[in-house]
Amino acid sequence: MEVLVCIKRVPLSGGRFVLTDDSTEIDTKRLGFTVSPHEETAVEVAVRLIEAHGGSSTVLTLGVPESEEQMREAMAIGIDRGILLETDGAEWDGQATAAAIADAVRADGTAFDLILFGNESADAAGSQVGVRVAHLLGRPVLTGLKGLSVADGRLRGERPIAGGREVFEVPLPAVASVKDGVAIPRYPSVPGRIRAKKKPIERSTPARPPSRLEKVSFTLPAETGKRATVLGNGPEAADAVVDVFRKIGAI
Amino acid sequence: MSTLPSRARCVVIGAGIVGNSLVHHLARLGWTDIVQIDKGPLPNPGGSTGHASNFIFPVDHSKEMTELTLDSMRQYKELGVFTESGGIEVARTPERMQELARRITSAKAWGVDDVEMITPERVKELVPFIDESVILGGFYTPSVGVVDSLRAGTLMREAATALGALTVLSNVEVVGIDTADGHVTRVRTTGGDIETETVVIACGVWSPQLAAMAGAAIPLTPAVHQMIDIGPVPLFADAAGDIEYPIVRDMDTFMYERQHGSGLEIGSYAHRAILYDPQDLPSVEEAPLSPTEFPFTPEDFDTQLEHALELMPDIVGDESVGQRYAINGILSLTADGMPVLGETPEIGGLWSVAAVWIKEGPGIGRAVAEMMVLGESEIDIHASDVARFYAYQRDREHVKARTGEGFIKTYGIIHPAEQWSSVRDIRRSPYFDQEKALQAEFYETVGWERPWWYGANADLLEEYGDRVMTRTAEWESRWWSPIINAEHLAMRDRAGLVDLTAFALFDLEGPGALDAVQSIALRQMDVAVGRVVYTPVLSPSGGFKSDLTIMRLGPDRFRVVTGGAHGMTDLKWFTDHSPKDGSVTITDRTSEYTTLGLWGPRARDILGSLTSADLSNEAFGFGTFQNLQVGALEATASRISYVGELGWEIYLPIAQGAQLWESVWEAGQPHGLVPVGIGVYGTTGRLEKSYRAFGTELETHYNVVEAGMSTARVKAQDFVGKEAHLRHREEVPAAVLCSLTVDDHTSASGEKRYMMGREPILTRRGGPITDARGRRSYVTSAGSAPSLGKHILMSYLPPEQAVLGTELLVEYLGEQYPVTVAGVGATALFDPTNERSMS
Repeated sequence: MEVLVCIKRVPLSGGRFVLTDDSTEIDTKRLGFTVSPHEETAVEVAVRLIEAHGGSSTVLTLGVPESEEQMREAMAIGIDRGILLETDGAEWDGQATAAAIADAVRADGTAFDLILFGNESADAAGSQVGVRVAHLLGRPVLTGLKGLSVADGRLRGERPIAGGREVFEVPLPAVASVKDGVAIPRYPSVPGRIRAKKKPIERSTPARPPSRLEKVSFTLPAETGKRATVLGNGPEAADAVVDVFRKIGAI
Repeated sequence: MSTLPSRARCVVIGAGIVGNSLVHHLARLGWTDIVQIDKGPLPNPGGSTGHASNFIFPVDHSKEMTELTLDSMRQYKELGVFTESGGIEVARTPERMQELARRITSAKAWGVDDVEMITPERVKELVPFIDESVILGGFYTPSVGVVDSLRAGTLMREAATALGALTVLSNVEVVGIDTADGHVTRVRTTGGDIETETVVIACGVWSPQLAAMAGAAIPLTPAVHQMIDIGPVPLFADAAGDIEYPIVRDMDTFMYERQHGSGLEIGSYAHRAILYDPQDLPSVEEAPLSPTEFPFTPEDFDTQLEHALELMPDIVGDESVGQRYAINGILSLTADGMPVLGETPEIGGLWSVAAVWIKEGPGIGRAVAEMMVLGESEIDIHASDVARFYAYQRDREHVKARTGEGFIKTYGIIHPAEQWSSVRDIRRSPYFDQEKALQAEFYETVGWERPWWYGANADLLEEYGDRVMTRTAEWESRWWSPIINAEHLAMRDRAGLVDLTAFALFDLEGPGALDAVQSIALRQMDVAVGRVVYTPVLSPSGGFKSDLTIMRLGPDRFRVVTGGAHGMTDLKWFTDHSPKDGSVTITDRTSEYTTLGLWGPRARDILGSLTSADLSNEAFGFGTFQNLQVGALEATASRISYVGELGWEIYLPIAQGAQLWESVWEAGQPHGLVPVGIGVYGTTGRLEKSYRAFGTELETHYNVVEAGMSTARVKAQDFVGKEAHLRHREEVPAAVLCSLTVDDHTSASGEKRYMMGREPILTRRGGPITDARGRRSYVTSAGSAPSLGKHILMSYLPPEQAVLGTELLVEYLGEQYPVTVAGVGATALFDPTNERSMS
């Protein structure tokens, strides 16, 4: 089968965000980049589907040329090739992004059985692109999946609801967006990394349509400040620690 | 949480391995009221200590670094945080095999005996996951180990706290360091102000920013060292500890691999130099991991992956082993690769302990604490002195250029005479154009471009034939020319002209000047105006702090002339030991005056033809100076010599230097004058005369008696180190500085090899020689003695070996060569009665 997985390069921060002087962007001078955990999961799912069913996998992104780094990460764990839709770094809204992806899928000519997305990107979190791509390509779409499998030309997806789970089946070709937890992403091996460097990436530069959704500025939430409570020292602290564990449901 | 005291004896900023070691040793040495602050949380405040790979290879070509590392290992062991794993530096090339043999040489010279060269098969036995077919051999050090540097830091802080000496405050950031009259007075923090007279900056990569708060400089740059961890490795599944296999340094690819629990850590110094400014570092709150763990840049690690795969295919090539962690770790680099230690010359009471790695942290903590409390450290750390820098060397661009060039040499094969290609032509002597026309081969000394030899002297090679002692081995021929030896012979036969502009000169003036120089110099300084005195400068314990000459220009005026490399440290020493009451003014004249050396049997004829002054021995004796009219120029000629010949050091304003050169050059032509480079001045000329050099023969580890430099009487006046010196004179010296000659240079391959210095001297049976104070005998300096047709080595030897004719061995690049003691003490092998320089 043929699987396409779409990812988005986003800043990686474990700490307090810093905004640019005009508050329209995150200052990424000191940050690395990654993709959302949902997209990491989608990549892992794509690789596992090909391992199980044969065929080939493609990773696609719309973003700055440096997005190659995230595509190579995906290739390092087994994705075969890449499609990089290069932008100048300006934000594309969900509609424009979906249109560019749909155009690229048509232009590529590969009959993708499944197009995978993370449920939402880690930054804009619009949850739009997967649904819109499906609509543009006239394919069925399942979103927010926490479980996924393919058999007999059909895609089966699951997602939790209060008190149970929903199960859907749609015929391939289809579109799906997944949440983290569907599959634990593997770490890339060194041979995988070395192979990734040699895999092909096809680059093109789609025109950016006028944006219908405009980002005005960011505001950082008021800081709550970090607080630490010392529970005690040595063995005497054990009871207090157990209490905390009970409270948070760890035991 | 402790509260911030309003006053402290000492404020130590930083709680990495350095700050923690320092507070421990300050407390141990008796200081109290120490406050240690860090802007991050404990025990890992987020500096370079927190992400260090924590392994220690003891052997370094630098004696200072090896001693600091050995002391650190001892301390880590005492703290119970050291795990001995062994370590192997592997070679993929013949050049590296020679370098590893040189590492063995250094190991033995510095007393690390348990080291050996091993075969690829033996490497495989020790590290079963290595592909031994890609290596030629290894340098095995069983004592290599891994430490828990964070735990060590905690234990050391706790020890100081237990002594009641220390208050520790984390999450407190320094926002200012106040000074008054050039001395620190106060540290301002986010938690309040602390009045103090001593501030220590132990802030690693942030140190330059902290120093700048007080108006001082700590020249270092944050730089990236890349590291990844792959795992879980099936072979390590049952590993009980953090490390059970020797650490491998893949020297030719500038990488290392070490087991770390279930993973394999792969580190690299092979990538492009990635340098930052301290202000580029994120705050603790903003940092994704820690402020010194930057996002990994995989494109810089591509080649390294392939190299790791070549060396350890069973693990690195395992598809099930994943890359779990990868960082661009930030650490501190300096322009010359050495740490930055000591009280800053700009601000009194402001100390730097920066650019220190895990392997030497506790040793440096102890050494600097000793400097602070006792005024002197047991381990001589002069090469790391923060005072060593000239102004241009404190400049950020200089640091960046040199570290940018030097990063790739971290695991490189560095020739002892290797030159930098960046930051050149910073300081030109006034003779630069003439020297260039004479095809000078320029080496750099603290920014000065200095001729090491002159291509224009190539015709002397024919004149002197075999006497130039040609070398065939590439290593000893690199950064060397037989022209040096030809210049030497021509100087001894006729005369040589030597550019000594790199000298550092400073004047002490005022009513307190005589007392000041008396209190610093070993020799009697209350001499007649017009005398020049060569004198040791001692540390409090009677070791060598420096050696230099002092001219008495007037009753209240003295001029110190010292080597360029050490000049700024000497300037600080004189400043520190002079009264602050205004009775002495110290002025640096380095950039005002040039020095031109003219020596050789024809020197008097040459200078005499340019001046009407009486230059006869009676009118212008050795050890005196006079102001001379040389044509239109007024110059000061000083009759001393570091090459053992008749002649003068001639001083005059730099602007007039070019004309002086022209005059002397022209006058010298009928006498066969040749330009002579520093290759002669610094090595061949002085070694034949057994003249000592600071930093090689002379360091605080050795005293005046051992160096053979004590005189019949000691002056009545007090001076630094006098008490110790008087005691040394009563003792039988534990070692005596000797000159040795090499009896046979023939190596196993039949090629003649020539030692370069820093090699171990061994007994004829091949055993190490250790004196009563535990110091190893090693070659302090080595070089040709063309006038003797010999290769000379200098070495301190215990009294039983320091006997004329004693036969010993020197080990060089893995082979041993017979040597004989040819001179004991200061007696020179060439012209031992000094007839040439004195008459």
